[in-house]
Amino acid sequence: MTFWLVLTVNSVTFGGLLFLLSAGFSLIFGLMRIPNLTHGSLFMLGAYFGATFIIGVFGVKMNFWLAALLATLVVAAFGAVIERFLLRRLPGDQSAQVLVTLGLSFIVADFCLMVWGGDPLSVETPALLTGFTRFGAAVFPNYRLGIIGVATVIAIALWLLLDRTRLGAMIRAGVDDPDMARVVGIRVSQLFTIVFALGAGLAAFAGIIGGPILSVYPGLDQDMLPLALVVVILGGSGSLLGSFVGSIVVGFIYNFGQALLPELAYFVLFLPMLLVLIFRPQGLFGRPMS
Amino acid sequence: MSGARTQRINTGRAIFLSVAFVALVTLPYWMSGIYYVNVSSQILFYAVFALGLNILVGYGGLVSLGHAGLFGITAYAVAYLLSVGFGHTLAVLLALIIGLICTAVYAALSLRATGIGFIMITLALGEILWGLAYRWISLTGGDNGINVRTRPSPFGFDLNSATVFYYATLIIFLLSVIAVAIFVRSPFGAALMGTRDQPRRMNALGYHVWAIRFWACLLSGLLTSIAAVLFVYYTQFISPQTTALTASAEVLLMVIAGGPATLLGPVVGAALVVVVKNVVSGYIERWNFLLGAIFVAIVILMPEGLVPGVARLWRQGRRALRRRRGAAAVAAPAEPDR
Repeated sequence: MTFWLVLTVNSVTFGGLLFLLSAGFSLIFGLMRIPNLTHGSLFMLGAYFGATFIIGVFGVKMNFWLAALLATLVVAAFGAVIERFLLRRLPGDQSAQVLVTLGLSFIVADFCLMVWGGDPLSVETPALLTGFTRFGAAVFPNYRLGIIGVATVIAIALWLLLDRTRLGAMIRAGVDDPDMARVVGIRVSQLFTIVFALGAGLAAFAGIIGGPILSVYPGLDQDMLPLALVVVILGGSGSLLGSFVGSIVVGFIYNFGQALLPELAYFVLFLPMLLVLIFRPQGLFGRPMS
Repeated sequence: MSGARTQRINTGRAIFLSVAFVALVTLPYWMSGIYYVNVSSQILFYAVFALGLNILVGYGGLVSLGHAGLFGITAYAVAYLLSVGFGHTLAVLLALIIGLICTAVYAALSLRATGIGFIMITLALGEILWGLAYRWISLTGGDNGINVRTRPSPFGFDLNSATVFYYATLIIFLLSVIAVAIFVRSPFGAALMGTRDQPRRMNALGYHVWAIRFWACLLSGLLTSIAAVLFVYYTQFISPQTTALTASAEVLLMVIAGGPATLLGPVVGAALVVVVKNVVSGYIERWNFLLGAIFVAIVILMPEGLVPGVARLWRQGRRALRRRRGAAAVAAPAEPDR
């Protein structure tokens, strides 16, 4: 019983991280119609930057949350630069844009290897969330519960942003019908930059708050990108609810699969995706992909 | 006028192809050192792989990011069957059949979508295959991979010799080029290009767009599998690295760098990537960085690829030259009038 309970909490925690990662992926996909293959790299870059800020640069050590915020901002700016200076040069040519993001992901991966080396970095749990909570016989690290809390707060904030603000309405209009949105005076190309930066920032934030659990290592990008893909294919692109449900489902399958079928965990992870592709290619909450 | 020009281009092309053919056939005699003969073998089997991918990417307009997974299936199948005691002939035949069956499944799943959807699904399928190779340790040996201890001796030619291996690869390469050339000129090839450019119109004309794409996938998978057999006998070792996304991206780079939807583009691309990889990795470790940078540069600066790109520059150069000469010829007799 305890085993299942712990596994469930771990699944939800991982689902929360995946939601932070895939919400941006899904929005970028919904708006720009491209899978951003640098998304795993942005996650890893956020984790590396955050870890470095915590360890200290130029003798300045940072508090975990300050480091997370700074890493998020740096990577968000990097995302904006990618969109403005590379993807913008290939308007309307989605295959080429995907290939550029793929090429960039190799550059980033090798850059990280060059700067931080091949050894994994561990990230210390923030002081506020060390320790454990007991529920009967089961013991949960506070940090995992904290991640669930943070992910929930961000999910609500994102929902409010998309559903209640003018910017959110503009993004939704751009996702639904970019041409019509342009006609009514929304600068869709500017939205591209904003959404790309937002998605990059969310991925980086997920990377750093995932750091104490996953640690930071070369190849982290290649581990996370397929998960984001599965979430978005499952949930449907451009839908916040879709990436939320998809993340939780994938979080459960990933953790239970690894505990019960370690050799085939990866395969089990992709099974629901295949089922969705066969029976509902647009994803659970999405509209048909072009 | 235009007939004469086409004829001139055809003559030029014929001369170029004959020179290339003679150079390839005599390569072990003028190329010094076994190392370079081996690099040439690598170029040739990667070219077969790239030719296979080009059928989808170039002629079908379907960008597959999971082809290294298919490549890996056949390579693993050969290695595994040999390791459990099958003979070479049977192992290769069975591996090709396994490769084709898996390609059929791969195609059936990924052709649920086209365009970006196709890219995403093939990427995910490629990642599954990588994950299986990496984690299904009882079958694949995990990170340790599988060794292939012996090379076969078809018709009494011992493939352990670098030169013999080169010639075997060359024969298969030439057959593949001829096969793709025939395919491109066939009604099937024309239909595939039709589904790339005008899928709806092709559908309205009564073509079964899905089936055309499916058979194109199988043809692509066959060439991929053949290349994989050559690869696994060449390296005598297979590990998950072969099926990774990097490997898929490398072969896609060969196609895109050389020129998609051209016959010789993938061959030039394979030569470029293999040479850069072998030469550069001798000096620096940062091959992936360079791979990414070349990728981004080619997509942004020369999206049509090197072969058409250089051909375009060559044509423009000639036209500019002729115009200058023509302008001089016009200007000269005009002067006395003034």
